[in-house]
Amino acid sequence: MTTDTITTAGPGSASAGRSDVPRTELRKTDSRIPRTLRHALVMARRNLIKTMRTPEQLIDVTFQPIIFLLMFTYIFGGAITGGSTHDYLEYLLPGMLGQSIAMGSVALGQNMNADIEKGVFDRFRSLPIARSTPLVAAVLADFFRYLLLCGITLGFGYAIGFRIQTGFLPTVAAIGLSLGFALCFCWISVFIGMKARTSGSVQGIMFLIVLPLSFASSTFVKPSTMPRGLRDFVDVNPISHLVGTTRGLMVGGPVASNLAWTLGWMVGLLVVFVPLAVRGYNKRA
Amino acid sequence: MTNAIEAEGLVKRFGDTLALDGINLAAREGTVLGVLGPNGAGKTTAVRILATLLHADGGTARVAGLDVGRHAHEIRQLIGLTGQYASVDEDLTGLQNLVMIGQLLDLSGNDAKARARELLRWFDLEEAAGRPAKTYSGGMRRRLDLAASLVGRPSVIFLDEPTTGLDPAKREDMWDVIRDLVADGSTVLLTTQYLEEADALADEITVIDHGRVIAHDSPEGLKRQVGGQTLTVRPTDSSRLDEVATILRQVATAEPELLGRGVLSVAVPGEEALAATVDRLREAGISVTELSLHLPSLDEVFFTLTGARTSSDEEDAA
Repeated sequence: MTTDTITTAGPGSASAGRSDVPRTELRKTDSRIPRTLRHALVMARRNLIKTMRTPEQLIDVTFQPIIFLLMFTYIFGGAITGGSTHDYLEYLLPGMLGQSIAMGSVALGQNMNADIEKGVFDRFRSLPIARSTPLVAAVLADFFRYLLLCGITLGFGYAIGFRIQTGFLPTVAAIGLSLGFALCFCWISVFIGMKARTSGSVQGIMFLIVLPLSFASSTFVKPSTMPRGLRDFVDVNPISHLVGTTRGLMVGGPVASNLAWTLGWMVGLLVVFVPLAVRGYNKRA
Repeated sequence: MTNAIEAEGLVKRFGDTLALDGINLAAREGTVLGVLGPNGAGKTTAVRILATLLHADGGTARVAGLDVGRHAHEIRQLIGLTGQYASVDEDLTGLQNLVMIGQLLDLSGNDAKARARELLRWFDLEEAAGRPAKTYSGGMRRRLDLAASLVGRPSVIFLDEPTTGLDPAKREDMWDVIRDLVADGSTVLLTTQYLEEADALADEITVIDHGRVIAHDSPEGLKRQVGGQTLTVRPTDSSRLDEVATILRQVATAEPELLGRGVLSVAVPGEEALAATVDRLREAGISVTELSLHLPSLDEVFFTLTGARTSSDEEDAA
């Protein structure tokens, strides 16, 4: 039997003591920002609020690069250069930017995989906004994490003795390029996040991609010390080209070829992974 | 009067499972259509198709005269959706949730805030406006969820089991809100597992099971089909059961049944029987410890309509 009732109200019966449905006239905003970007920014704010509520989500872009920097400089640095850890730090730090960007992207797909299962995504899908908005928003919010990551890596590197050899503008360019690359590279993570069945498996799959890319590159050691076949991989690896460019911009050296490769990779990553990620998201609905 | 919601022959498959097997639905403008059925009947699937979240594999559906396949974007400007599980962001406060929806509906920041505050006031959530939604009670969360679906003042509102898990008092509050929305001119499609809820709110009820419509009628008509309501009486003094039975015979349509332990139960034609019974018991000076009017349970509705008990626990919601 259903719940006991003494009386059952019929449809349309008068409501008790509630004021009328609020019906303020709704006006559309006259903001100049394009509609889709505006929606993405509104939703990116949601992602940032969530990050701020659980700041431990920032460990991978704060403490992790510091630990890597310390570990490689003082444990492997001496062995790699055959003596001076300081020389190694000058070589390593620009590379660390690239490596930690690749590592930092893992969390994005993982969080999105968990987030997308929540009811609020049904609401987003029922709103008159572009389908890709939640994905673009998550990537925009991730920008803040990469900014933090660059600041911490450079700041801590400076504290333990790294010195920029070039100047202010090339350094700004190096950081700008790294951030731009991060925003392209992280679409791999978004795509895996849409495809993987659990958020734990996103991490596993991403590590399979990120670890070879960051170690089989010019990040930690000179590729000339590697066997021939591996060097071929290093030569096309996008992380190598990013690192080559930032290294040139921060400690000096030619950048043109590496920069062209990096920009090419950025475009390629966007062209391939944005549509794949959006399609994965739509299928998930 | 035109139909604000129409579906003909909707079919949806998930792998080998046929979730919807050609269902028809229609809700006239400004009315409530109740879609009644057990878990796994296909209620949520139907709502998700009508609310443009899912594509149907067959059949047609129109909301406000627009085809859900071809005009999804336009339909999304007109509808509000409240899911089976509260679809608000748990980490955001009540105010942040509603402001975000307002801004996604292209309101300016200030207008979105004004609209959010107005809705929070209407739903008695003003005091909780600054707290994350995860700290809300079940009832508060449902109210916030409903408020979120009303930000854009939708003319068609989908409510997927809006009161599941709420206690009876909270359920009545939710019913009041839904009645207000309809009085204001909105069309509501409400899914529910409670016949009582459909009876209280709906102008028409469509009963679905295993992805098929098994009945469509007004609440009155449906009750006629499944045999109205049951009156249960437990006199304080069980030696007066015979007198109670005599009184019940005068108001009822069937012979009173003794349910054991001094409780009598009888089918009655409608609510009037309750008042009549109260009057007669008072005249006879018989005091009672229990006196209640029940609608048939969903299980009984299905038993009557299909001749088979539902297996509502075995299946997951589709």
